[in-house]
Amino acid sequence: MSDRDALITGIGLISSLGEGLDAHWDALNAPPFAPVLDAESYPPFTLHPMTKLELDRQIPKRGDQRQMETWQRLGVYAAGLALQEAGVKGDAELLGRTHMIVSAGGGERDVAVDEAVLSEIGKQPDPGTWLNERLMSDLRPTLFLAQLSNLMAGNISIVHGVTGSSRTFMGEELGGVDAVRVACARLAAGQGDLFLVGGAYNAARPDVHMHLALGGAMRTRGWAPLHARMHDGGGTALGSVGCFLVIESRAHAAARGVTPLARIAGVQADRSRRRPGEAAANADRQWQALSPSSDAVILTAASGAGATEEELAWLDARGRPTRATTTALGHGIEATFPAALALGALALSRGHLFAPLEDAEAPFAEELRQVVVNCWGHWRGEGMALLAAA
Amino acid sequence: MAHTDHSGRPVVAVTGMGMVTSLGQGITDNWTRLTAGRSGIRRITRFPTDGLKTTIAGTIDAIAHEPPTSAALGLRIAELAAEEAVAAAGFRQDDVPGPLFLGFPPVEFEWPQRQAIGAASGANDHVGYTDLFRGAATGRFAPMHAQTLFAYAPEMLADRFGTRGSPIVTSTACATGATAIQLGVEAIRRGETSVALCIGADASVTQEALIRFSLLSALSQSNDPPEQAAKPFSANRDGFVMAEGAGALVLEELDHALARGATIFGIVEGCGERADGFHRTRSSPDGAPIITCIRAALADAGVAPEAIGYINAHGTGTPENDRMEHQCVSAVFGDRAQHLPISSNKSMIGHTLSAAGAVEAIFSLLTMRNGRIPPTINHFVPDPAIPLDVVPNVARDADVARTLSNSFGFGGQDVSLVLAREPA
Repeated sequence: MSDRDALITGIGLISSLGEGLDAHWDALNAPPFAPVLDAESYPPFTLHPMTKLELDRQIPKRGDQRQMETWQRLGVYAAGLALQEAGVKGDAELLGRTHMIVSAGGGERDVAVDEAVLSEIGKQPDPGTWLNERLMSDLRPTLFLAQLSNLMAGNISIVHGVTGSSRTFMGEELGGVDAVRVACARLAAGQGDLFLVGGAYNAARPDVHMHLALGGAMRTRGWAPLHARMHDGGGTALGSVGCFLVIESRAHAAARGVTPLARIAGVQADRSRRRPGEAAANADRQWQALSPSSDAVILTAASGAGATEEELAWLDARGRPTRATTTALGHGIEATFPAALALGALALSRGHLFAPLEDAEAPFAEELRQVVVNCWGHWRGEGMALLAAA
Repeated sequence: MAHTDHSGRPVVAVTGMGMVTSLGQGITDNWTRLTAGRSGIRRITRFPTDGLKTTIAGTIDAIAHEPPTSAALGLRIAELAAEEAVAAAGFRQDDVPGPLFLGFPPVEFEWPQRQAIGAASGANDHVGYTDLFRGAATGRFAPMHAQTLFAYAPEMLADRFGTRGSPIVTSTACATGATAIQLGVEAIRRGETSVALCIGADASVTQEALIRFSLLSALSQSNDPPEQAAKPFSANRDGFVMAEGAGALVLEELDHALARGATIFGIVEGCGERADGFHRTRSSPDGAPIITCIRAALADAGVAPEAIGYINAHGTGTPENDRMEHQCVSAVFGDRAQHLPISSNKSMIGHTLSAAGAVEAIFSLLTMRNGRIPPTINHFVPDPAIPLDVVPNVARDADVARTLSNSFGFGGQDVSLVLAREPA
């Protein structure tokens, strides 16, 4: 135990399974696991849709809600929930020295404008000039602010008053890993005591479906849990997820008298060119560096695309019980690692692992002491964290 | 004896610098033209500007890149700047012994790409996203998947320069380049690494990006002549001028640099930051976040305001920014603010957005090293409400030991750096 241990003292988690930790715990412990899916809105893709939120509860001003697109609202909502759970919300003194690291993608397109332009631009004699006119008249002036990556953080500052500092990491899945890694490193070195870290992802976006489909990453054959899916062509099922964590030093948490959910014992991140075996070699090194106890269980945020087969083979060779958080929540890109970490911390705080999500996952009824959270990017990047009981 | 700062932390030196801007490629050309008061702002030829209120920018037009996208140009100029910085630092081009921190704008699909995918779907009359899925499924555009990921540029640069570990790509709007430097400084201070490669790069002058800034009324509309559009701190300032650029710095623990005989271009003494929760595009009217940010940078450097000899301003040339920057500098520096030289590189190179913090940190270091302060050009109508010494129009010789470099961005992003000519 050290005063500078990184403790998770608040979690704001929203997903298809509901809002908050209790809703997630209940959904994860009602075997057989039943995902919440939407196969209707964006065929041929199946999504894990966001649960219905009462936005007013975390974003009280309608003006603020209007200034944001969905991805930002999810992030601001989840951040508010995390601050509330950690007892930081509304405390100006604490918020003024809360350091924020947000893992963000880009914001929504105006789909109607995109489709109207694409439908007509081919018929224009002077397409360049025509596009100028259309965009000048059709783009909402404030849409840009709802698209900029760092404006999720900006809106969290505005709505919740988090003003210690604000940094946004991009880079898809590894953006989430590095956000947590850098926060923990700063915390250990005394470069801050109190951090708000996380991200959000809106899966109900045709523009991102197109993006992932270009690389053949999207699952088109109907939903299946991760392991079963990998025997049937694989692919990513996206999920709308918002997850923020309040991470603070042990001394700081103790002084405030808050009960931590779990300790982040270490975070590792590295890269490779993804030639066969390279990602697994990174995972070997990370496993060794984190040196989990022999009774640790593993959560994976595997996307179902890219190197997932290599990842599952590597996980299998650990001989430990696993759970695929992406089976439960879908793949939430920038938010997928913070959300997996949240489920790990939740399980540690309850003292046991949640039920298997499919037949390929082994039951584990022992007392839960350590959780490894593995996260490989669907294209590149390998991350791993070790969580321990607080 | 190990060099440590006032808090016992390792001293962070700059041992490599490189840049590309609309003024040219390389430190030497950029510095020569900047101190000659030359402007890199020109008429946009990359796309039609008919019907637009702003038709000028500081584009980089002469550097080949493939595919013809903003992200590919941004990556290419980041690479060129880093090549120069890594060479100056004396490391092998494929073996930089430390992590990469890249400041880069969000990557997006562009209209020609969407059009090509739509065309491949075979749709004629109405082209919707359902058609784009079909076009995507042809597999003909597979490289576009990786190239449009945010992880692509940092991965390519990490491959190219052999940096260590997971590369971080950050965006804090117009403070991005300064954030990349701050991340590197913090990593060295933590003892995680002795070296870090920090880059800010931006090549965002696309049709839609220009229109977005235009719709926010942020851009200068003084299109004629282009080189006089950017006029920070002037009474007739009417917005910033979008520009492209890249700045790369090799940061290195001072003792590590001295031990291998590296050239020391300067010291990053302090970093300050603050988030402003007032508004998405406007600063708190009382200036408290910016004032706190500057004071945090000074405190981190362990120096009093009196130690600063020059301010490299954020100085965008928008009515709001320059007024606020004056107000906040005055609050921190008191009566001395009126006589403390403060100039805006943006008057010549425009606002290089995600690159600005890195490019301007390099210009700050060159200012001290060469003993010459670059001017604020186009300063013909002083603003009586901003009684500052903006080094109007002509560069000035000066002995500057310590510089404050400011970067403030949309979303309430404030970062200030304190840079010194030599170790304290």
